[in-house]
Amino acid sequence: MIEFSQVTVTYDGASAPVLRGVDLVVGEGELCLVAGRTGVGKSTFLGAINGLVPHFTGGTLAGRVLVDGLDTATHPPRELASVVGVVGQDPLAGFVTDTVEEELAYAMEQLAVAPDVMRKRVEETLDLLGIAELRDRPLRTLSGGQQQRVAIGSVLTAHPRVLVLDEPTSALDPTAAEEVLAAITRLVHDLGTTVVVAEHRMERVAQYADLLLYLPGDGSVRSGPPAEVFADADVAPPIVELGRFAGWSPLPLSVRDARRRAGPLRERLSSVTRPPAAGVPPEEDVLTARGVQVRYGGVVAVRGVDLRLGRGEVVALMGRNGSGKSSLLWALQGSGPPSGGTVDVLGADPAAVRPRVARSRVGLVPQTPSDLLYLDSVAAECRQADTESGAAVGTAGALLDRLVPGVSPDANPRDLSEGQRLALVLAVQLTAAPPVVLLDEPTRGLDYPAKRHFASVLASLASSGVAVLLATHDVEFVAVVAHRVVVLAEGEVVADGPTADVVVSSPAFAPQVAKVLAPQEWLTVAEVEQALK
Amino acid sequence: MLPGNARALHPGAWWVWALALAVAAGRTTNPLLLALVIAVAGFVVVNRRGDAPWALAFRGYALVAGVIVVSRVLFRILIGGEDGGHVLFTLPTIPLPAAAAGIELLGPTSAEELLGGFYDGLRLATIVLCVGAANALANPKRLLKAVPGALAEVSTAVTVALSVAPQLVESVQRVRRARRLRAARGRGLSFVKGVFVPVLADALDRSLLLAAAMDSRGYGRRGYLTPRVRVLIAACVLAGLFGVAVGVYGVLDGSSSWLGVPMLVAGLVVASAGFVLGGRRIQRSTYRPDPWRLPETLVVLCGVASAGLLLACPPAQLVTSVSPPSWPTLPLLPALAVLIAVLPAWLAPRPRPVAEVAR
Repeated sequence: MIEFSQVTVTYDGASAPVLRGVDLVVGEGELCLVAGRTGVGKSTFLGAINGLVPHFTGGTLAGRVLVDGLDTATHPPRELASVVGVVGQDPLAGFVTDTVEEELAYAMEQLAVAPDVMRKRVEETLDLLGIAELRDRPLRTLSGGQQQRVAIGSVLTAHPRVLVLDEPTSALDPTAAEEVLAAITRLVHDLGTTVVVAEHRMERVAQYADLLLYLPGDGSVRSGPPAEVFADADVAPPIVELGRFAGWSPLPLSVRDARRRAGPLRERLSSVTRPPAAGVPPEEDVLTARGVQVRYGGVVAVRGVDLRLGRGEVVALMGRNGSGKSSLLWALQGSGPPSGGTVDVLGADPAAVRPRVARSRVGLVPQTPSDLLYLDSVAAECRQADTESGAAVGTAGALLDRLVPGVSPDANPRDLSEGQRLALVLAVQLTAAPPVVLLDEPTRGLDYPAKRHFASVLASLASSGVAVLLATHDVEFVAVVAHRVVVLAEGEVVADGPTADVVVSSPAFAPQVAKVLAPQEWLTVAEVEQALK
Repeated sequence: MLPGNARALHPGAWWVWALALAVAAGRTTNPLLLALVIAVAGFVVVNRRGDAPWALAFRGYALVAGVIVVSRVLFRILIGGEDGGHVLFTLPTIPLPAAAAGIELLGPTSAEELLGGFYDGLRLATIVLCVGAANALANPKRLLKAVPGALAEVSTAVTVALSVAPQLVESVQRVRRARRLRAARGRGLSFVKGVFVPVLADALDRSLLLAAAMDSRGYGRRGYLTPRVRVLIAACVLAGLFGVAVGVYGVLDGSSSWLGVPMLVAGLVVASAGFVLGGRRIQRSTYRPDPWRLPETLVVLCGVASAGLLLACPPAQLVTSVSPPSWPTLPLLPALAVLIAVLPAWLAPRPRPVAEVAR
């Protein structure tokens, strides 16, 4: 269905090609997962499938890409719209119209599909994706999972043979991600659509994949059955790492496969005791919040939340999209909209003091860290941070160097990788030496090695006495870093306890290792490795 | 109109109505007639606009209209000079170098000047308000659907702008909130940099993403055209639109004969040729198109009748004398003509409230 022969892509002004001599074939009705670290050319690869590379992005493409027999060199993206459907990372950014129904019809209008056929296909697609009750809703009012499903529907109505999805579940909570994945697998199995997915959170998709395309970073693409290609890939979901550690062959990809193999491992583990949870009760609270309320107009986002953070504690704030996590973080920092309740950070309420003081009490890294950056070089941002916080010259630079060594001071912050940019903003906020740091969805866009590094950064921050609160959907990351987990629902705290107690019992929030080794309470591969050493 | 029949009127009908009203306003300097036009436009907007974001645009247009009137009057005071009217007050004259002889800054200001500036400004403001009324009443995106295929590239740009603009407001709010996190207090240049750099970068990214999404969903799809045909189409469309613009100016101006109707007709013919030539290659269809029913025809007829009647009125009734200043009177026939345009407030169906749609 998709055929790359000797494809090399070079962007103008780049010293090396992004893709080099790629040869591969994706068959009809395959679900194909594209894996690799950030910046190895996954987006370029996806763009090449429907001709956005090079028709829209520029650059040169040597070799040949055939999709359903059509050559992308002679068929620009708009001519391929009836063959390839593309859904971008942020569905909202790709919406052209205002309501669900109009959005579903948009592609068909461009393809000049007859009106009666359009009516029929819109109804079918609404049912296929389970979004019939949303048909008249304005797109902006939908939740993340609903938007993602509408975006998929909006390309499906053109009846494409190939569906290309870039990070379809990264921004979603575990339950919404399942809804989207269920829709995707249904397309593959019921309609025989060929699906190509790039996804950093491979633990969510790997088990459904028929084919893995792995980009090691040198411009090549390795393709094969996931269990084989994962054997030595530098990005792999926890379940594969557990399989590698235990020496299972072929590697398991789903919890079911792993559990069937894990009998002997569980037996070995039952004789060793689990290392004591890292979350030793901290002796001192640095942040105490009582009855925090946030309301926007008539909508109450956070209702009466009590929360305390201890010195050197890493706490994860979880809950579905729209459960009030971000609102709570902003309220704790004192920059949110008017709210009720009290926040006490070492004797002061951050909302009651001037921003400069609030900043030295609580540092917040928002969901889009780049909002804080506006200068044209990393060095300038660091200097600005030093002046803002009244810190010694070079403080921010030194912090950045500790978080991620080797960021060029002359680089433009917008050119950094996601991980580096996150570290830069974190360094800027840490320059004021706040005892409490709040992070909103920090692992979005980070690959596994970057996440591992970021986890070690958080651990060292905590050991230096900083209290960290992170709002996230990433259960695997929580399993690695968090001492304690707080679950929010409808703006209220529904669970608050040590990580193992909260996540192991929850079907949505349990990490893969916990699911495989249940009823024993192991959370990460590293824990298991250490115990058996 | 029963609530069950609530629907959006065809955007084209609202535009024809509003433009007709604007043409009518362009022919008169009588402040009472202009006020009547503003009242009519405002009344219809208040009665028939929905609660979608673009419907709130009318307030912005009202603001622009106010600025226009005030600045017209201020300019008359600034570069009025002496014209022998009834001097109201005299400001010290600012001497200008010899190169700008004949222009006098400040100096005596006469009642005639102020009135003339006010009437002029009011006329322009009324035209702006008429356009604002169309914008508030018609969904701009649905109007774009009716744009001829040959203008595909232009309407891509407009669609992107329309979608990104509201997101821009959102990202300004987000960035301003984020700035407090850095305790940035800066005013002036550093404030501009701190807010605009992230917002503009964000807007650019979003525009590119949207354009890519539209491209991959088949927007502007057409067979292959040779470069020569493409140039021909572009030349036809541009020359035609230029002709239309000049022709409209001629018709509105009313003083030069050859610029008017002949130019307008010629422009329309050339532009349509371009549209037909370019649009033939683009094939699109419309999902649940806005129907054109009786209310649409009635709304258009109201607008056209109003403008036609006003144009047919003797010009003496439409002009209020500035020199000597006289109290404006409200002539009967033109007033009735303008009042015809208020009928759409009842003739057009009520739009569906978004709240109902959201449920």
